[in-house]
Amino acid sequence: MEPVLVDARGYSCPQPVIMVRKALGQLNQGPLRVLVDGATSRDNVTRLAQREGLSVESQATADGGFELLLTR
Amino acid sequence: MTRLRNLLISRWGPVITGAIIGILAPILVYYGNPGNMGICVACFTRDIAGALGLHRAAPVQYIRPEIIGLLLGALFAALAAREFRPRGGSSPLIRFFLGLFAMIGALVFLGCPWRAYLRLAGGDVNAIPGIVGLVIGIVIGVQFLARGFSLGRSRPAPAAAGWIMPALAVVLLVLLLTAPLFGRDADGVPTGPIYFSSTGPGSMAAPVALSLVVGLVIGALAQRSRFCTVGAFRDVILLRDAHLLRGIIALVLAAFVTNLVLGQFHLGLADQPVSHTNALWNAGGMVLAGLAFTLAGGCPGRQLFMSGEGDADAGVFVLGMAAGAAVSHIYSLASAPAGPAPYGPAAVVLGLIFCVVIGFTARDHQSA
Repeated sequence: MEPVLVDARGYSCPQPVIMVRKALGQLNQGPLRVLVDGATSRDNVTRLAQREGLSVESQATADGGFELLLTR
Repeated sequence: MTRLRNLLISRWGPVITGAIIGILAPILVYYGNPGNMGICVACFTRDIAGALGLHRAAPVQYIRPEIIGLLLGALFAALAAREFRPRGGSSPLIRFFLGLFAMIGALVFLGCPWRAYLRLAGGDVNAIPGIVGLVIGIVIGVQFLARGFSLGRSRPAPAAAGWIMPALAVVLLVLLLTAPLFGRDADGVPTGPIYFSSTGPGSMAAPVALSLVVGLVIGALAQRSRFCTVGAFRDVILLRDAHLLRGIIALVLAAFVTNLVLGQFHLGLADQPVSHTNALWNAGGMVLAGLAFTLAGGCPGRQLFMSGEGDADAGVFVLGMAAGAAVSHIYSLASAPAGPAPYGPAAVVLGLIFCVVIGFTARDHQSA
């Protein structure tokens, strides 16, 4: 299944976390791909995902941000 | 070093940062800073605005090295961690006025959230209505956030945009150390450009080197741990995430113990340092400050740290705070130990109207 994308680049916390939480609420099973522009947002989204029992894979992107893959 | 770095970005980071602020702030008071004002981002930004002649309230004019240190400490930490990212463009003008009104609210209470907690830890009971007001302001802000409030995306900016606030901090340090005097008027009163208080809170200061080093240490720790005194309550209410709140609890406990050890704990309502006893406007001022900080994404300390990370929008907020300090002292809005100033309450109401209108109307049409 193609992951749903949340592009949270440019938003400062807590907005990326709110966006991810909203997307998770609408999501059934599939993975979620999240783009963030900095380490603070990466850490905050990771913390939310881990609390929700999701596994998180993070990798740096060419624009200096991070791409997170959240899977159940 | 690696272990310390990992600890700071762990969930214990805010606790360590809060505890160290709680220890160092009362020590600054011990060495000369005003009572329960080891560090106050609002008061100290106000003092800097006064030192630059943006307002002429003679008792509150000094270039506080703590503010310079907080910003540059965050800069160095961000550079070392490769987290310095010049960025901006997320409604800077709105952020300017949020900073302005946050400062007006804070100066009606007589302190930013940091000082509210430090006042509590020093036994100043007047801090309690202030903290209650702060939490009410944050709760209102969270309602807007949950309903889609947004100031829009920031974008990567030219490097220069990220370096202006750090450069400004260096300029302030040079002005502090050189205190240039352009001349005196016919009565022998200095004509500036730099004004230092000879009486009042602005004349009370720990040694420059100590204040600067404490600022640098706290700025670096707080940049790594994302310490935020407003995010602490926001994240508990909005996200059920208490990791920042633990930092505030650590700050209050550490400051309480340090004050006891140094003989600086005095429980009571009356005659507290740089404080008034009007509970309504202690709370009211902080409702405004808490709401404005929440809409802008963080407490005044966090705005300084983000300025050090290259966030030009946070820099605009800080400049808005300096303008708010000038407005507060020019138009009799800032409280005094005797109580609220004549037009302080009206300005708080005006600020609340501004924040509520922004809260209802600021939406990001690109986010969907």
